[in-house]
Amino acid sequence: MIKSAAMRHLFALPFLLWAALFIFVPLVFVGWYGLTGGDGQWSLANVGVLLQWEYARALELSILLALVSTLVCLLVSYPLCLILTERQRSHGALIFLLFILPMWMNSLLSTMAWQTILEKNGILNQFLRLLSLPDVTLINTPAAIVIGMIYNFLPYMVLPLYVSLSKINKNVIFAARDLGASSWQTFTRVILPLSLPGAISGITMVFIPSLTTFFISGLLGGNKVLLIGNIVEQEFTMAYDWHLGSGLSLVLMIFIIINMMLTAYFDRSEGQVKK
Amino acid sequence: MMRLWKKAYVALIFLFLYAPIGVLIAQSFNASRYRGHWTGFTLQWYGELFQNEGILEALQNTITIGLSSAAVATLLGLVTCLALRGMGRRRRSVLMGVANIPLLNADIVTGISLMLLFLGLGLRLGYGTILMAHIVFNLPYVILCLMPQMLSLDRNCYDAARDLGATPLMAFRRVVLPELRPSLLAGFMLAFTMSADDFIITHFTKGAGIDTLPTEIYAELKLGIHPEMYALSTLVFVFVLVFAFLLFWNRKRMQIGQSAR
Repeated sequence: MIKSAAMRHLFALPFLLWAALFIFVPLVFVGWYGLTGGDGQWSLANVGVLLQWEYARALELSILLALVSTLVCLLVSYPLCLILTERQRSHGALIFLLFILPMWMNSLLSTMAWQTILEKNGILNQFLRLLSLPDVTLINTPAAIVIGMIYNFLPYMVLPLYVSLSKINKNVIFAARDLGASSWQTFTRVILPLSLPGAISGITMVFIPSLTTFFISGLLGGNKVLLIGNIVEQEFTMAYDWHLGSGLSLVLMIFIIINMMLTAYFDRSEGQVKK
Repeated sequence: MMRLWKKAYVALIFLFLYAPIGVLIAQSFNASRYRGHWTGFTLQWYGELFQNEGILEALQNTITIGLSSAAVATLLGLVTCLALRGMGRRRRSVLMGVANIPLLNADIVTGISLMLLFLGLGLRLGYGTILMAHIVFNLPYVILCLMPQMLSLDRNCYDAARDLGATPLMAFRRVVLPELRPSLLAGFMLAFTMSADDFIITHFTKGAGIDTLPTEIYAELKLGIHPEMYALSTLVFVFVLVFAFLLFWNRKRMQIGQSAR
Protein backbone atom coordinates (compact mmCIF):
# COMPACT_ATOMS: atom_id res chain seq x y z
CA MET A 1 0.00 0.00 0.00
CA ILE A 2 2.78 2.36 0.90
CA LYS A 3 4.91 2.41 -2.21
CA SER A 4 7.71 4.87 -1.67
CA ALA A 5 10.45 4.08 0.79
CA ALA A 6 10.40 7.66 2.05
CA MET A 7 6.73 7.36 2.93
CA ARG A 8 7.37 4.05 4.68
CA HIS A 9 10.11 5.60 6.78
CA LEU A 10 7.78 8.45 7.66
CA PHE A 11 5.23 5.94 8.96
CA ALA A 12 7.86 4.03 10.91
CA LEU A 13 9.22 7.21 12.48
CA PRO A 14 6.69 7.63 15.33
CA PHE A 15 7.30 4.08 16.48
CA LEU A 16 11.09 4.38 16.28
CA LEU A 17 11.06 7.59 18.31
CA TRP A 18 8.60 6.04 20.74
CA ALA A 19 10.65 2.86 21.16
CA ALA A 20 13.86 4.84 21.65
CA LEU A 21 12.37 7.09 24.31
CA PHE A 22 10.10 4.68 26.19
CA ILE A 23 11.73 1.28 25.70
CA PHE A 24 15.44 1.80 25.11
CA VAL A 25 16.29 4.84 27.26
CA PRO A 26 14.45 3.51 30.37
CA LEU A 27 16.47 0.31 30.23
CA VAL A 28 19.66 2.37 29.91
CA PHE A 29 18.59 4.18 33.09
CA VAL A 30 18.19 0.86 34.91
CA GLY A 31 21.58 -0.25 33.64
CA TRP A 32 23.23 3.00 34.69
CA TYR A 33 21.72 3.02 38.19
CA GLY A 34 22.39 -0.69 38.60
CA LEU A 35 26.06 -0.44 37.71
CA THR A 36 26.95 2.70 39.64
CA GLY A 37 27.18 3.43 43.36
CA GLY A 38 25.68 6.37 45.25
CA ASP A 39 28.82 8.38 44.45
CA GLY A 40 28.30 8.02 40.70
CA GLN A 41 31.31 5.71 40.23
CA TRP A 42 31.04 2.48 38.31
CA SER A 43 30.65 -0.45 40.66
CA LEU A 44 29.37 -3.99 40.71
CA ALA A 45 28.34 -3.76 44.36
CA ASN A 46 24.59 -3.66 43.55
CA VAL A 47 24.76 -6.94 41.71
CA GLY A 48 27.37 -8.36 44.08
CA VAL A 49 24.96 -8.25 47.03
CA LEU A 50 23.70 -11.58 45.76
CA LEU A 51 26.78 -13.10 47.39
CA GLN A 52 25.25 -12.13 50.73
CA TRP A 53 23.17 -14.81 52.34
CA GLU A 54 19.82 -12.99 52.64
CA TYR A 55 19.76 -11.81 49.02
CA ALA A 56 20.93 -15.16 47.67
CA ARG A 57 18.29 -16.90 49.76
CA ALA A 58 15.52 -14.63 48.38
CA LEU A 59 16.64 -15.21 44.79
CA GLU A 60 16.91 -18.95 45.31
CA LEU A 61 13.46 -19.13 46.88
CA SER A 62 11.96 -16.98 44.10
CA ILE A 63 13.38 -19.26 41.43
CA LEU A 64 12.21 -22.37 43.27
CA LEU A 65 8.64 -21.09 43.81
CA ALA A 66 8.42 -19.83 40.22
CA LEU A 67 9.55 -23.22 38.92
CA VAL A 68 7.06 -25.08 41.12
CA SER A 69 4.14 -22.87 40.14
CA THR A 70 5.05 -23.04 36.44
CA LEU A 71 5.26 -26.84 36.60
CA VAL A 72 1.94 -27.15 38.45
CA CYS A 73 0.26 -24.78 35.99
CA LEU A 74 1.54 -26.87 33.09
CA LEU A 75 0.51 -30.19 34.63
CA VAL A 76 -2.94 -28.88 35.57
CA SER A 77 -3.65 -27.09 32.27
CA TYR A 78 -2.60 -29.85 29.91
CA PRO A 79 -5.32 -32.39 30.80
CA LEU A 80 -7.80 -29.53 31.13
CA CYS A 81 -7.12 -28.24 27.62
CA LEU A 82 -7.20 -31.78 26.21
CA ILE A 83 -10.62 -32.30 27.77
CA LEU A 84 -11.85 -28.95 26.45
CA THR A 85 -10.68 -29.62 22.88
CA GLU A 86 -12.42 -33.01 22.90
CA ARG A 87 -15.73 -31.25 23.36
CA GLN A 88 -17.91 -29.87 20.65
CA ARG A 89 -16.31 -26.64 19.49
CA SER A 90 -18.90 -24.18 20.78
CA HIS A 91 -19.33 -26.07 24.04
CA GLY A 92 -15.57 -26.16 24.61
CA ALA A 93 -15.28 -22.45 23.81
CA LEU A 94 -17.96 -21.62 26.36
CA ILE A 95 -16.16 -23.52 29.12
CA PHE A 96 -12.92 -21.89 28.01
CA LEU A 97 -14.55 -18.48 28.37
CA LEU A 98 -15.50 -19.36 31.92
CA PHE A 99 -11.88 -20.24 32.64
CA ILE A 100 -10.49 -16.88 31.59
CA LEU A 101 -13.27 -14.74 33.10
CA PRO A 102 -11.70 -14.70 36.60
CA MET A 103 -8.91 -12.59 35.05
CA TRP A 104 -11.36 -9.68 35.09
CA MET A 105 -11.57 -9.71 38.87
CA ASN A 106 -8.90 -7.46 40.30
CA SER A 107 -5.92 -9.65 41.14
CA LEU A 108 -5.12 -7.86 44.40
CA LEU A 109 -8.64 -8.49 45.67
CA SER A 110 -8.76 -12.14 44.67
CA THR A 111 -5.33 -12.74 46.19
CA MET A 112 -6.64 -11.20 49.38
CA ALA A 113 -9.65 -13.49 49.18
CA TRP A 114 -7.16 -16.38 49.28
CA GLN A 115 -5.96 -14.93 52.56
CA THR A 116 -9.54 -15.25 53.86
CA ILE A 117 -9.70 -18.82 52.62
CA LEU A 118 -6.31 -20.03 53.83
CA GLU A 119 -5.83 -18.23 57.15
CA LYS A 120 -5.82 -19.93 60.55
CA ASN A 121 -9.56 -19.60 61.15
CA GLY A 122 -10.25 -19.23 57.45
CA ILE A 123 -12.84 -20.86 55.25
CA LEU A 124 -10.69 -23.88 54.40
CA ASN A 125 -9.95 -24.74 58.02
CA GLN A 126 -13.59 -24.21 59.06
CA PHE A 127 -14.58 -26.59 56.29
CA LEU A 128 -12.01 -29.17 57.46
CA ARG A 129 -13.27 -28.87 61.05
CA LEU A 130 -16.78 -29.52 59.78
CA LEU A 131 -15.51 -32.80 58.39
CA SER A 132 -13.59 -33.37 61.68
CA LEU A 133 -10.29 -33.28 59.83
CA PRO A 134 -7.16 -31.67 61.29
CA ASP A 135 -6.37 -28.02 60.43
CA VAL A 136 -3.79 -27.14 57.82
CA THR A 137 -1.32 -24.30 58.24
CA LEU A 138 -0.89 -22.65 54.87
CA ILE A 139 -1.00 -18.91 55.36
CA ASN A 140 2.41 -17.20 55.57
CA THR A 141 4.16 -20.23 54.11
CA PRO A 142 5.73 -20.66 50.66
CA ALA A 143 2.86 -23.08 49.85
CA ALA A 144 0.32 -20.24 50.14
CA ILE A 145 2.44 -18.09 47.82
CA VAL A 146 2.54 -20.90 45.26
CA ILE A 147 -1.26 -21.22 45.46
CA GLY A 148 -1.55 -17.47 44.87
CA MET A 149 0.83 -17.63 41.89
CA ILE A 150 -1.04 -20.56 40.34
CA TYR A 151 -4.33 -18.76 40.84
CA ASN A 152 -3.11 -15.53 39.25
CA PHE A 153 -1.17 -17.00 36.33
CA LEU A 154 -3.04 -20.21 35.42
CA PRO A 155 -5.02 -18.46 32.65
CA TYR A 156 -1.71 -17.44 31.01
CA MET A 157 -0.92 -21.14 30.64
CA VAL A 158 -4.43 -22.26 29.65
CA LEU A 159 -4.76 -19.58 26.97
CA PRO A 160 -1.82 -20.45 24.63
CA LEU A 161 -2.10 -24.17 25.34
CA TYR A 162 -5.78 -24.29 24.43
CA VAL A 163 -5.14 -22.33 21.24
CA SER A 164 -2.32 -24.61 20.08
CA LEU A 165 -4.20 -27.81 21.01
CA SER A 166 -7.40 -26.73 19.29
CA LYS A 167 -5.41 -25.94 16.12
CA ILE A 168 -4.30 -29.58 15.74
CA ASN A 169 -6.13 -31.16 12.84
CA LYS A 170 -8.23 -34.08 14.13
CA ASN A 171 -7.39 -36.05 10.96
CA VAL A 172 -3.71 -36.14 11.95
CA ILE A 173 -4.70 -37.86 15.19
CA PHE A 174 -7.01 -40.28 13.34
CA ALA A 175 -4.22 -41.03 10.87
CA ALA A 176 -1.81 -41.91 13.69
CA ARG A 177 -4.40 -44.24 15.20
CA ASP A 178 -5.16 -45.80 11.81
CA LEU A 179 -1.46 -46.46 11.30
CA GLY A 180 -1.43 -48.50 14.49
CA ALA A 181 -0.19 -46.06 17.14
CA SER A 182 -1.54 -46.68 20.63
CA SER A 183 -3.29 -43.77 22.30
CA TRP A 184 -0.16 -43.20 24.40
CA GLN A 185 2.04 -43.18 21.30
CA THR A 186 -0.37 -40.82 19.57
CA PHE A 187 -0.11 -38.52 22.54
CA THR A 188 3.69 -38.52 22.89
CA ARG A 189 4.55 -38.56 19.18
CA VAL A 190 1.80 -36.40 17.67
CA ILE A 191 -0.17 -34.29 20.14
CA LEU A 192 2.69 -33.36 22.47
CA PRO A 193 5.13 -32.13 19.76
CA LEU A 194 2.39 -30.18 18.00
CA SER A 195 1.34 -28.45 21.21
CA LEU A 196 4.92 -27.58 22.20
CA PRO A 197 4.83 -23.94 20.98
CA GLY A 198 1.75 -23.27 23.13
CA ALA A 199 3.34 -24.95 26.13
CA ILE A 200 6.58 -22.96 25.71
CA SER A 201 4.82 -19.61 25.52
CA GLY A 202 2.67 -20.64 28.50
CA ILE A 203 5.79 -21.48 30.50
CA THR A 204 7.33 -18.09 29.71
CA MET A 205 4.14 -16.25 30.57
CA VAL A 206 3.84 -17.96 33.96
CA PHE A 207 7.50 -18.12 34.96
CA ILE A 208 8.42 -14.45 34.53
CA PRO A 209 5.57 -12.92 36.57
CA SER A 210 5.96 -15.64 39.23
CA LEU A 211 9.67 -14.94 39.53
CA THR A 212 9.18 -11.19 39.91
CA THR A 213 5.93 -10.88 41.87
CA PHE A 214 5.85 -8.88 45.06
CA PHE A 215 2.22 -8.46 46.06
CA ILE A 216 1.37 -12.17 46.07
CA SER A 217 4.23 -12.90 48.44
CA GLY A 218 3.40 -9.77 50.43
CA LEU A 219 -0.24 -10.79 50.92
CA LEU A 220 0.07 -14.54 51.36
CA GLY A 221 3.60 -14.73 52.79
CA GLY A 222 2.90 -12.15 55.49
CA ASN A 223 6.38 -10.59 55.21
CA LYS A 224 7.82 -13.80 56.61
CA VAL A 225 8.79 -15.01 53.18
CA LEU A 226 10.82 -12.48 51.22
CA LEU A 227 11.11 -12.89 47.46
CA ILE A 228 13.43 -10.98 45.15
CA GLY A 229 10.47 -8.91 43.88
CA ASN A 230 9.71 -7.75 47.42
CA ILE A 231 13.29 -6.60 47.91
CA VAL A 232 13.32 -4.66 44.63
CA GLU A 233 9.97 -3.04 45.43
CA GLN A 234 11.13 -2.03 48.90
CA GLU A 235 14.34 -0.51 47.58
CA PHE A 236 12.28 1.80 45.37
CA THR A 237 9.28 2.64 47.55
CA MET A 238 10.65 2.48 51.09
CA ALA A 239 14.43 2.35 51.27
CA TYR A 240 15.00 4.66 48.30
CA ASP A 241 18.17 2.85 47.25
CA TRP A 242 17.60 3.04 43.50
CA HIS A 243 21.08 1.76 42.77
CA LEU A 244 20.53 -1.48 44.67
CA GLY A 245 17.01 -1.91 43.29
CA SER A 246 18.25 -1.38 39.73
CA GLY A 247 21.14 -3.80 40.27
CA LEU A 248 18.71 -6.52 41.33
CA SER A 249 16.43 -5.64 38.39
CA LEU A 250 19.40 -6.26 36.11
CA VAL A 251 19.73 -9.72 37.63
CA LEU A 252 16.03 -10.33 36.94
CA MET A 253 16.53 -9.17 33.36
CA ILE A 254 19.21 -11.83 32.88
CA PHE A 255 16.56 -14.46 33.63
CA ILE A 256 14.10 -12.78 31.28
CA ILE A 257 16.69 -12.76 28.47
CA ILE A 258 17.53 -16.45 29.06
CA ASN A 259 13.82 -17.20 28.94
CA MET A 260 13.36 -15.26 25.69
CA MET A 261 16.34 -17.01 24.10
CA LEU A 262 14.98 -20.43 25.05
CA THR A 263 11.61 -19.51 23.55
CA ALA A 264 13.25 -18.30 20.33
CA TYR A 265 15.34 -21.48 20.19
CA PHE A 266 12.31 -23.75 20.53
CA ASP A 267 10.39 -21.70 17.99
CA ARG A 268 13.21 -22.14 15.48
CA SER A 269 13.63 -25.87 16.03
CA GLU A 270 9.85 -26.16 15.62
CA GLY A 271 10.17 -24.48 12.21
CA GLN A 272 12.88 -26.93 11.19
CA VAL A 273 10.70 -29.91 12.04
CA LYS A 274 8.03 -28.58 9.71
CA LYS A 275 10.45 -28.39 6.79
CA MET B 1 -16.46 -43.79 34.23
CA MET B 2 -13.86 -41.85 32.26
CA ARG B 3 -16.37 -39.13 31.54
CA LEU B 4 -17.10 -38.75 35.21
CA TRP B 5 -13.41 -38.33 36.00
CA LYS B 6 -13.08 -35.65 33.38
CA LYS B 7 -16.13 -33.80 34.64
CA ALA B 8 -14.84 -33.96 38.20
CA TYR B 9 -11.44 -32.65 37.07
CA VAL B 10 -12.91 -29.68 35.22
CA ALA B 11 -15.25 -28.97 38.14
CA LEU B 12 -12.36 -29.01 40.61
CA ILE B 13 -10.36 -26.42 38.64
CA PHE B 14 -13.56 -24.44 38.31
CA LEU B 15 -13.96 -24.44 42.08
CA PHE B 16 -10.35 -23.32 42.50
CA LEU B 17 -10.82 -20.39 40.11
CA TYR B 18 -14.19 -19.20 41.41
CA ALA B 19 -13.79 -19.78 45.15
CA PRO B 20 -12.05 -16.43 45.80
CA ILE B 21 -14.54 -14.63 43.57
CA GLY B 22 -17.36 -16.20 45.58
CA VAL B 23 -15.70 -14.99 48.77
CA LEU B 24 -15.43 -11.44 47.42
CA ILE B 25 -19.04 -11.37 46.27
CA ALA B 26 -20.17 -12.72 49.65
CA GLN B 27 -18.17 -10.00 51.37
CA SER B 28 -19.94 -7.32 49.37
CA PHE B 29 -23.22 -8.43 51.06
CA ASN B 30 -21.68 -8.91 54.51
CA ALA B 31 -22.91 -6.56 57.24
CA SER B 32 -19.55 -6.77 59.02
CA ARG B 33 -16.75 -4.48 57.91
CA TYR B 34 -14.19 -7.17 58.64
CA ARG B 35 -13.43 -9.95 56.24
CA GLY B 36 -14.01 -13.54 57.30
CA HIS B 37 -16.80 -12.58 59.75
CA TRP B 38 -20.33 -13.12 58.50
CA THR B 39 -22.78 -11.08 60.56
CA GLY B 40 -25.73 -10.79 58.21
CA PHE B 41 -26.92 -9.78 54.77
CA THR B 42 -26.92 -6.14 53.73
CA LEU B 43 -27.06 -3.97 50.64
CA GLN B 44 -25.60 -1.05 52.57
CA TRP B 45 -22.22 -1.07 50.77
CA TYR B 46 -23.82 -0.80 47.36
CA GLY B 47 -25.58 2.36 48.50
CA GLU B 48 -22.49 3.83 50.14
CA LEU B 49 -20.37 3.06 47.10
CA PHE B 50 -21.88 6.03 45.31
CA GLN B 51 -20.97 8.35 48.15
CA ASN B 52 -17.37 7.18 48.55
CA GLU B 53 -15.47 9.90 46.74
CA GLY B 54 -12.08 8.18 46.99
CA ILE B 55 -13.32 5.11 45.17
CA LEU B 56 -15.32 7.07 42.60
CA GLU B 57 -12.31 9.25 41.81
CA ALA B 58 -10.11 6.17 41.40
CA LEU B 59 -12.76 4.63 39.16
CA GLN B 60 -12.86 7.77 37.05
CA ASN B 61 -9.06 7.80 36.71
CA THR B 62 -9.07 4.12 35.75
CA ILE B 63 -11.68 4.65 33.05
CA THR B 64 -10.23 7.85 31.56
CA ILE B 65 -6.64 6.52 31.60
CA GLY B 66 -7.85 3.21 30.16
CA LEU B 67 -9.81 4.81 27.32
CA SER B 68 -7.23 7.41 26.35
CA SER B 69 -4.21 5.09 26.61
CA ALA B 70 -6.04 2.45 24.57
CA ALA B 71 -7.00 5.06 21.95
CA VAL B 72 -3.47 6.44 21.58
CA ALA B 73 -1.96 2.93 21.54
CA THR B 74 -4.43 1.84 18.85
CA LEU B 75 -3.61 4.85 16.68
CA LEU B 76 0.14 4.43 17.13
CA GLY B 77 -0.21 0.69 16.57
CA LEU B 78 -2.10 1.27 13.32
CA VAL B 79 0.57 3.61 11.91
CA THR B 80 3.32 1.23 13.05
CA CYS B 81 1.66 -1.82 11.50
CA LEU B 82 1.20 0.06 8.21
CA ALA B 83 4.94 0.78 8.21
CA LEU B 84 5.81 -2.81 9.21
CA ARG B 85 3.70 -4.22 6.39
CA GLY B 86 5.87 -2.55 3.79
CA MET B 87 9.13 -3.75 5.28
CA GLY B 88 11.24 -6.81 4.51
CA ARG B 89 10.86 -9.85 6.70
CA ARG B 90 14.14 -9.36 8.57
CA ARG B 91 13.60 -5.73 9.46
CA ARG B 92 10.02 -6.41 10.42
CA SER B 93 10.94 -9.19 12.82
CA VAL B 94 13.61 -7.02 14.47
CA LEU B 95 11.13 -4.17 14.99
CA MET B 96 8.44 -6.58 16.23
CA GLY B 97 11.00 -7.90 18.72
CA VAL B 98 11.64 -4.38 19.99
CA ALA B 99 7.90 -3.69 20.20
CA ASN B 100 7.40 -6.83 22.28
CA ILE B 101 9.97 -5.90 24.94
CA PRO B 102 7.43 -4.34 27.37
CA LEU B 103 5.27 -7.45 26.95
CA LEU B 104 8.04 -9.95 27.67
CA ASN B 105 9.83 -7.93 30.31
CA ALA B 106 8.72 -8.29 33.91
CA ASP B 107 6.18 -5.63 34.91
CA ILE B 108 8.28 -4.61 37.88
CA VAL B 109 11.29 -3.89 35.63
CA THR B 110 9.16 -1.97 33.12
CA GLY B 111 7.61 0.03 35.96
CA ILE B 112 10.96 0.87 37.52
CA SER B 113 12.61 1.75 34.22
CA LEU B 114 9.78 4.13 33.30
CA MET B 115 9.85 5.71 36.74
CA LEU B 116 13.60 6.34 36.38
CA LEU B 117 12.98 7.83 32.91
CA PHE B 118 10.21 10.17 34.06
CA LEU B 119 12.18 11.37 37.06
CA GLY B 120 15.32 11.63 34.94
CA LEU B 121 13.44 13.90 32.53
CA GLY B 122 12.37 16.02 35.48
CA LEU B 123 8.68 15.17 35.18
CA ARG B 124 6.44 15.09 38.21
CA LEU B 125 4.85 11.68 38.72
CA GLY B 126 1.08 11.91 38.35
CA TYR B 127 -1.78 11.44 35.91
CA GLY B 128 0.36 12.19 32.86
CA THR B 129 3.13 9.74 33.72
CA ILE B 130 0.60 6.95 34.43
CA LEU B 131 -1.00 7.66 31.06
CA MET B 132 2.33 7.49 29.20
CA ALA B 133 3.31 4.29 30.98
CA HIS B 134 0.00 2.68 30.07
CA ILE B 135 0.45 3.59 26.39
CA VAL B 136 3.90 1.96 26.56
CA PHE B 137 2.65 -1.42 27.74
CA ASN B 138 -0.58 -1.27 25.67
CA LEU B 139 1.18 -0.79 22.34
CA PRO B 140 2.48 -4.39 22.01
CA TYR B 141 -1.02 -5.78 22.65
CA VAL B 142 -2.47 -3.62 19.87
CA ILE B 143 0.29 -4.62 17.44
CA LEU B 144 -0.23 -8.29 18.38
CA CYS B 145 -3.95 -8.01 17.54
CA LEU B 146 -3.50 -5.93 14.40
CA MET B 147 -0.45 -7.40 12.65
CA PRO B 148 -1.89 -10.75 11.41
CA GLN B 149 -4.81 -9.02 9.70
CA MET B 150 -2.55 -6.28 8.35
CA LEU B 151 -0.31 -8.90 6.71
CA SER B 152 -3.22 -10.79 5.16
CA LEU B 153 -4.75 -7.67 3.59
CA ASP B 154 -5.19 -7.94 -0.17
CA ARG B 155 -3.37 -5.00 -1.67
CA ASN B 156 -5.22 -5.42 -4.98
CA CYS B 157 -8.34 -3.97 -3.36
CA TYR B 158 -6.41 -0.84 -2.46
CA ASP B 159 -4.88 -0.64 -5.94
CA ALA B 160 -8.28 -1.09 -7.54
CA ALA B 161 -9.67 1.77 -5.49
CA ARG B 162 -6.71 3.94 -6.56
CA ASP B 163 -7.21 2.99 -10.22
CA LEU B 164 -10.85 3.96 -9.94
CA GLY B 165 -9.73 7.42 -8.92
CA ALA B 166 -9.70 7.37 -5.13
CA THR B 167 -7.07 9.46 -3.38
CA PRO B 168 -4.72 7.43 -1.14
CA LEU B 169 -6.47 8.76 1.95
CA MET B 170 -9.91 7.95 0.58
CA ALA B 171 -8.83 4.46 -0.51
CA PHE B 172 -7.42 3.88 2.96
CA ARG B 173 -10.55 5.11 4.68
CA ARG B 174 -13.07 3.32 2.49
CA VAL B 175 -11.22 0.09 1.63
CA VAL B 176 -8.47 -0.69 4.14
CA LEU B 177 -9.95 0.64 7.36
CA PRO B 178 -13.26 -1.33 7.21
CA GLU B 179 -11.18 -4.47 6.67
CA LEU B 180 -9.11 -3.74 9.79
CA ARG B 181 -12.00 -2.69 12.01
CA PRO B 182 -12.48 -5.99 13.90
CA SER B 183 -8.83 -6.28 14.92
CA LEU B 184 -8.60 -2.57 15.74
CA LEU B 185 -11.57 -3.04 18.05
CA ALA B 186 -10.06 -6.18 19.58
CA GLY B 187 -6.76 -4.38 20.15
CA PHE B 188 -8.51 -1.41 21.72
CA MET B 189 -10.54 -3.59 24.08
CA LEU B 190 -7.56 -5.71 25.08
CA ALA B 191 -5.54 -2.56 25.73
CA PHE B 192 -8.33 -1.05 27.84
CA THR B 193 -8.60 -4.25 29.89
CA MET B 194 -4.86 -4.42 30.49
CA SER B 195 -4.77 -0.76 31.47
CA ALA B 196 -7.71 -1.05 33.87
CA ASP B 197 -6.23 -4.12 35.54
CA ASP B 198 -2.63 -2.95 35.79
CA PHE B 199 -1.28 -2.54 39.27
CA ILE B 200 2.48 -3.01 39.17
CA ILE B 201 3.48 -0.47 36.51
CA THR B 202 0.99 2.11 37.84
CA HIS B 203 2.37 1.55 41.35
CA PHE B 204 5.80 2.78 40.26
CA THR B 205 4.77 5.56 37.88
CA LYS B 206 2.06 7.25 39.94
CA GLY B 207 2.86 10.08 42.29
CA ALA B 208 1.33 10.84 45.67
CA GLY B 209 -2.29 11.95 45.67
CA ILE B 210 -3.49 10.07 42.60
CA ASP B 211 -4.83 6.53 42.45
CA THR B 212 -6.37 4.15 39.98
CA LEU B 213 -8.62 1.38 41.31
CA PRO B 214 -5.82 -1.20 41.67
CA THR B 215 -3.49 1.18 43.52
CA GLU B 216 -6.40 2.41 45.67
CA ILE B 217 -7.03 -1.22 46.64
CA TYR B 218 -3.34 -1.68 47.43
CA ALA B 219 -3.37 1.39 49.66
CA GLU B 220 -6.48 0.14 51.46
CA LEU B 221 -5.01 -3.33 52.01
CA LYS B 222 -2.90 -2.14 54.92
CA LEU B 223 -5.81 -0.65 56.86
CA GLY B 224 -8.53 -3.00 55.69
CA ILE B 225 -10.48 -2.79 52.44
CA HIS B 226 -13.56 -0.59 52.42
CA PRO B 227 -16.53 -2.92 51.84
CA GLU B 228 -17.69 -0.55 49.08
CA MET B 229 -14.73 -1.81 47.07
CA TYR B 230 -16.15 -5.35 47.18
CA ALA B 231 -19.47 -3.97 45.97
CA LEU B 232 -17.79 -2.19 43.06
CA SER B 233 -15.76 -5.28 42.09
CA THR B 234 -18.89 -7.42 42.18
CA LEU B 235 -20.68 -4.97 39.90
CA VAL B 236 -17.74 -4.89 37.46
CA PHE B 237 -17.45 -8.67 37.43
CA VAL B 238 -21.18 -9.19 36.82
CA PHE B 239 -21.06 -6.59 34.04
CA VAL B 240 -18.15 -8.35 32.31
CA LEU B 241 -19.83 -11.73 32.77
CA VAL B 242 -23.07 -10.57 31.15
CA PHE B 243 -21.17 -8.76 28.39
CA ALA B 244 -19.06 -11.86 27.60
CA PHE B 245 -22.11 -14.13 27.46
CA LEU B 246 -24.02 -11.74 25.22
CA LEU B 247 -21.03 -11.59 22.89
CA PHE B 248 -20.70 -15.37 22.89
CA TRP B 249 -24.42 -15.96 22.41
CA ASN B 250 -24.57 -13.44 19.58
CA ARG B 251 -21.60 -15.04 17.80
CA LYS B 252 -23.08 -18.50 18.16
CA ARG B 253 -26.42 -17.35 16.77
CA MET B 254 -24.66 -15.77 13.81
CA GLN B 255 -22.75 -18.99 13.17
CA ILE B 256 -25.96 -21.01 13.26
CA GLY B 257 -27.56 -18.48 10.94
CA GLN B 258 -24.67 -18.78 8.50
CA SER B 259 -24.63 -22.59 8.47
CA ALA B 260 -28.41 -22.64 7.92
CA ARG B 261 -28.06 -20.57 4.77
